[in-house]
Amino acid sequence: MSVLVFVEIADGEIRGSSLEAVAYGAEVAKIQGTTATAIVLGNEVSADQLAHIGNYGAAKVLNAADARLNHGVIQAYTDVIAQAFAQENSKTLVLAKSSLGDAVAARLAVRLQASLASNITELPQINGAFTVKRGVFTGKAFQTAELKSENKILAIKKGAISASPNDTLASVESFSPSFNEADFAVKITKTDKVTGELLLPEADRVVSGGRGLKGPENWGIILDLAHALTAATGCSKPVSDLDWRPHHEHVGQTGVKVSPTLYIAVGISGAIQHLAGVSSSKCIVVINKDADAPFFKAADYGIVGDAFEILPRLTKAVQNLK
Amino acid sequence: MKILVCITHVPDTTSKIAFTDGDTQLNKAGLQFIIGPYDDYALARAVEIKEQTPETTVTALNVGTAETEQTIRKALAIGADDAIRIDAEPTDAFFVANQIAQIAKAENYDLILMGRESSDYNGGQVHGMVGEMLGIPSLSPVMKLDIEGNVAKLAREIEGGKEYLEATLPLVLGCQEPIAEWKIPNMRGIMSARTKPLKVVQPTDNSVMTTPGKYELPAARSGVKMIAADEAEKLIDLLRNEAKVI
Ligand SMILES: Cc1cc2nc3c(=O)[nH]c(=O)nc-3n(C[C@H](O)[C@H](O)[C@H](O)COP(=O)(O)OP(=O)(O)OC[C@H]3O[C@@H](n4cnc5c(N)ncnc54)[C@H](O)[C@@H]3O)c2cc1C
Ligand SMILES: Nc1ncnc2c1ncn2[C@@H]1O[C@H](COP(=O)(O)O)[C@@H](O)[C@H]1O
Repeated sequence: MSVLVFVEIADGEIRGSSLEAVAYGAEVAKIQGTTATAIVLGNEVSADQLAHIGNYGAAKVLNAADARLNHGVIQAYTDVIAQAFAQENSKTLVLAKSSLGDAVAARLAVRLQASLASNITELPQINGAFTVKRGVFTGKAFQTAELKSENKILAIKKGAISASPNDTLASVESFSPSFNEADFAVKITKTDKVTGELLLPEADRVVSGGRGLKGPENWGIILDLAHALTAATGCSKPVSDLDWRPHHEHVGQTGVKVSPTLYIAVGISGAIQHLAGVSSSKCIVVINKDADAPFFKAADYGIVGDAFEILPRLTKAVQNLK
Repeated sequence: MKILVCITHVPDTTSKIAFTDGDTQLNKAGLQFIIGPYDDYALARAVEIKEQTPETTVTALNVGTAETEQTIRKALAIGADDAIRIDAEPTDAFFVANQIAQIAKAENYDLILMGRESSDYNGGQVHGMVGEMLGIPSLSPVMKLDIEGNVAKLAREIEGGKEYLEATLPLVLGCQEPIAEWKIPNMRGIMSARTKPLKVVQPTDNSVMTTPGKYELPAARSGVKMIAADEAEKLIDLLRNEAKVI
């Protein structure tokens, strides 16, 4: 009756957000007096990497090592995970909220007749009823919801648990699902992806720039500070609408909702739609030349000043720490 | 081609959210309601396809109570041909998906377009659920969609980039920008929307998978500490030694 955790791979690496999901699944398993099993699809990661998922609390790792699963094919993933769920006699599936995770979770909810909650921000309360807390209204509020079915799917938001690894290794087993024709009906023809960069939704630190930066040619000062802090870069909506930065960096109500420990906003006014996407950041720093910018009201630290003058000095100060 | 666009009726993006009835209900006083921003992209793309492809019909669908009709009329003004309202409070994604799937089973739509996520419950779930209920592919978030015959060529956003895909219709898609430009209804659209058919149907099955409990707002920040621009370096010291985040 183990808790099953869907673990995503990106660029041959186990995604950080999935390791959080493993830690979360292990905690849920502990509450329920059972263990957590991770399921990994594709053949891109080594047995050694798989065993290390145990560091985050999984007792066992199932690997469906089929090369066709190296791409996130939504229906095939649904099928494989449903089969693993049955084999493990699971009642609970945990996964990290992501572009693939969300798509697969919704189909699985129907397939497994499961109650699904996404955007979950903390561990569930289990005492008779099974309730979770999740983000709603585009990050402007939270809601407690009861999951009523016997089967449950929990899609967690970054930061729902703080995961600290130990040195336990998991046992690794291969898993051979059966496929049907419909599983691969959708063809992925090409993938365009930045590699080697920190991914915004799972970054612990984010440096974001707004229209105050004046143009894409000025992004160097954002990238330098982000680099010094090992942070991902983000932006406001107009910046991605103007194609100064790629669309996947757009933070806010209609973009990525981030929850890093540190969010630095540079030349962003702090419109309510932007704030909705950053409200669960632990510490917010605002740098803006206008002392009346609304963002200061939502910040922990603020500097009124010119980004072009201040950012290089901050970058140097960070470099001097090392 | 037959296109179904599923729209939500949600508070305007500038809304401050508050709750009533012991934090169990959204406080709707003073709120403006709109078509969900992502649903608006789905609708705009549907209307574009209709303009380009002869004999295309666009039906707008909402699961909601009578108060959503003004929002549905706006979808008709933007260019949907007719609309369906399933008369129920949409509190559970499974319930909503089930209603949509029942309608879709009877109507055989080639494309079911939705938003990537609703801006109230934000599950990003309904499209995937409908796809599974109908046994057809579901893809989200889709940022580009072209139809060639019965094949859709699309781009889906993934973390750090895009994925390009090809799939045969019928499909369920969750849409986001820049799939199309939002359309603003013109006078002629607004006039004709008044007489376009809007059918109200009762829900077919009331099963739900989740029950909503209390809402809460994010904890307020304790206040901002300002650092003078000529001492900006102090920020880094505070982040390390006071906030302990670097
Ligand atoms: C339906 C809808 C959805 C939306 N969703 C989002 C969303 O998800 N995310 C989002 O971000 N926005 C969203 N918006 C847009 C939002 O309303 C704002 O327009 C946007 O956030 C403003 O971006 P900005 O702060 O970069 O630009 P501006 O508002 O133009 O602000 C620029 C800021 O830079 C400062 N500045 C200028 N020069 C300097 C300098 N040299 N140094 C330091 N500071 C400087 C200025 O004082 C100003 O505060 C949405 C809007 C709508 C209608
Ligand atoms: N009550 C509803 N009526 C019609 N369509 C809906 C409703 N709720 C959700 N949808 C559609 O499903 C998409 C995803 O919603 P959600 O799963 O709630 O994030 C929305 O963008 C809409 O297109």
